[in-house]
Amino acid sequence: MQQFVKETGLVVPLDRANVDTDQIIPKQYLKSIKRTGFGVNLFDDWRYLDPGEPGMDHTKRRLNSDFVLNDSRFSGASILLARDNFGCGSSREHAPWAILEYGFKAVIAPSYADIFFNNSFKNGLLPVILAESEVDTLFALATGETPVEITVDLQSQTVTGPEGFSASFDIDPFRKTCLLEGLDEIGLSLKDADSIKAYETKRAVDAPWLFRD
Amino acid sequence: MAGRTLYDKLWDSHLVTQRDDGSALIYIDRHLLHEVTSPQAFEGLALAGRTPWRLAANLATVDHNVPTENQSAGVSAIEDPTSRLQVQTLDQNCDAFHVTQFKMGDPRAGIVHVIGPEQGATLPGMTVVCGDSHTATHGAFGALAHGIGTSEVEHVLATQCLVAKKMKNMRVTVTGPLGFGVTAKDVILAIIGQIGTAGGTGYAIEFAGEGIQSLSMEGRMTVCNMAIEAGARVGLVAVDEKTIEYVQGRPYSPQGADWDRAVEAWTDLVSDSDAQFDHEVVVDGTVIEPQVSWGTNPEMVTGISGHVPNPEAIDDPIHRGATERALKYMGLKPNQPIESIRLDRVFIGSCTNSRIEDLREAAQVVDGKRVADSVIQAMVVPGSGLVKEQAEKEGLDVIFREAGFEWRDPGCSMCLAMNADRLGPGEHCASTSNRNFEGRQGAGGRTHLVSPAMAAAAAIAGHFVDVREWL
Repeated sequence: MQQFVKETGLVVPLDRANVDTDQIIPKQYLKSIKRTGFGVNLFDDWRYLDPGEPGMDHTKRRLNSDFVLNDSRFSGASILLARDNFGCGSSREHAPWAILEYGFKAVIAPSYADIFFNNSFKNGLLPVILAESEVDTLFALATGETPVEITVDLQSQTVTGPEGFSASFDIDPFRKTCLLEGLDEIGLSLKDADSIKAYETKRAVDAPWLFRD
Repeated sequence: MAGRTLYDKLWDSHLVTQRDDGSALIYIDRHLLHEVTSPQAFEGLALAGRTPWRLAANLATVDHNVPTENQSAGVSAIEDPTSRLQVQTLDQNCDAFHVTQFKMGDPRAGIVHVIGPEQGATLPGMTVVCGDSHTATHGAFGALAHGIGTSEVEHVLATQCLVAKKMKNMRVTVTGPLGFGVTAKDVILAIIGQIGTAGGTGYAIEFAGEGIQSLSMEGRMTVCNMAIEAGARVGLVAVDEKTIEYVQGRPYSPQGADWDRAVEAWTDLVSDSDAQFDHEVVVDGTVIEPQVSWGTNPEMVTGISGHVPNPEAIDDPIHRGATERALKYMGLKPNQPIESIRLDRVFIGSCTNSRIEDLREAAQVVDGKRVADSVIQAMVVPGSGLVKEQAEKEGLDVIFREAGFEWRDPGCSMCLAMNADRLGPGEHCASTSNRNFEGRQGAGGRTHLVSPAMAAAAAIAGHFVDVREWL
């Protein structure tokens, strides 16, 4: 898995609550059997004016100039700033894949949908939770004339930015370690193979109907 | 010891190991797979040289991409090459890894959340996961069931476990009795309208009370199915006699002495009377009326006698902005009566509402009537090949066809429009599915979530009507 230690970059303010996974990566792109190729279709329905289909040459598509991602000032941004319940909807892991491939390394929002939140960690995308008021402050900074750079530091669990902005965030220690070290979670779990086998042996006695393979 | 909730009991009985850092490994009894969220997981497994930990725990089917016409022509006849490749990839992966699969055209194939319970592959007391957020459906059986991502699909294949953190407990008590003509779909839409799309985030929701107990198993599945639309990955209903009766005699259900032991164990799958929930919500089930969503997420919903909201009356700027954007997308006016919304298409199907009882409910409404001329298309997509067969035995297909509905082969179909079934831009659809997000049923499409009975009545009238007046 991709590591996350520290990221300093431009912030894109996406000022909408309840951004769902159908917006993050529309279903027609889920037909791919690969993990890559989703970045150009991130927020497809909002980003382009023409309806998108897999295989289209995105450089020939009409951009929606009103959509924040198309604002050239934010070109090269690596931190996405969002509102409550970001990533609600389906379990598609294509959502964090698309966000990462576009170039974002971290998302900052007051809250996330559970499955999206979980999927992000599995791919090295850090979903930072900050208080509503701190997110408001960041929106105020990020929507000013000049784009702003901020730093997300996982080790110290802090977000720092211009005008003395500084906030700290909580993170589950297991997830923090996995991200910092880019650990293979399956490999880690397989270290508990004996515990899994012991559980199965006991469970097969208590609930034998579950083990009539 | 303090009483435990149903969720606590399911968690405890599946805990393999609790780690010092707060994470845990929980054991997975049933892993359901489909073509969209599994190819990268199988690829990862193969690249790492791993094999499935316990083959018999896995059951796969194709549902999201499959055409709903002429499935008997086979996979090679799927027109869209990317869809065809995805379906073929699941077939190849299941063959290569020896995973049991109901392939397209097999009567046992269908929507993953329909076939699990139908086969008895979903049992009370199990943990059930699938790379699909609507896995919460299986919680109707007193099973701990939730959606997972593709990395977790690979993890479950490789280890039969999931790295998890215990959720909080919420109980949503729906008082009763429910009013005449009010269905499970109306109940869950009303609950989401009350607690919001993020109201259940971080929680496992147990649905309880007379309004839930009075529902059939299929109704309870409809309720649990949409727990995720309230933000909760897990929806649960306690086991009772209806649960056990539904499970008995299905292909994967325990038999003989196993059955008796299982039933004895399952009777404990209820929350203890002194169990503590982190959050309790009471919904007055007696006042719920048939529901219709008007906006672009499932909390944007109201009763059939209601109106589209007026953004100007909303104080909170984020809420007001979201409402304005939703009305613009949906092409609706502030204060417009719900009954005045005209429909272009009607979709009866999806993992929420495509079981036999759903089809009976809709057929009862359309029997002897005709789809309105203004409706371009009305379609019924059964949840599985077996649901389709049963409906045909009962003559429901004839009722639908004579009324002007299309009678299709099983699949997810227009719920998410990954196959050819979709809305055109600007079209309004009365849909029995679960999500009314922008573009969900086709770019620019406008989804209104309703029950099968309400969808059927809307197809006949050409606009929303109170189906209770038709029953």
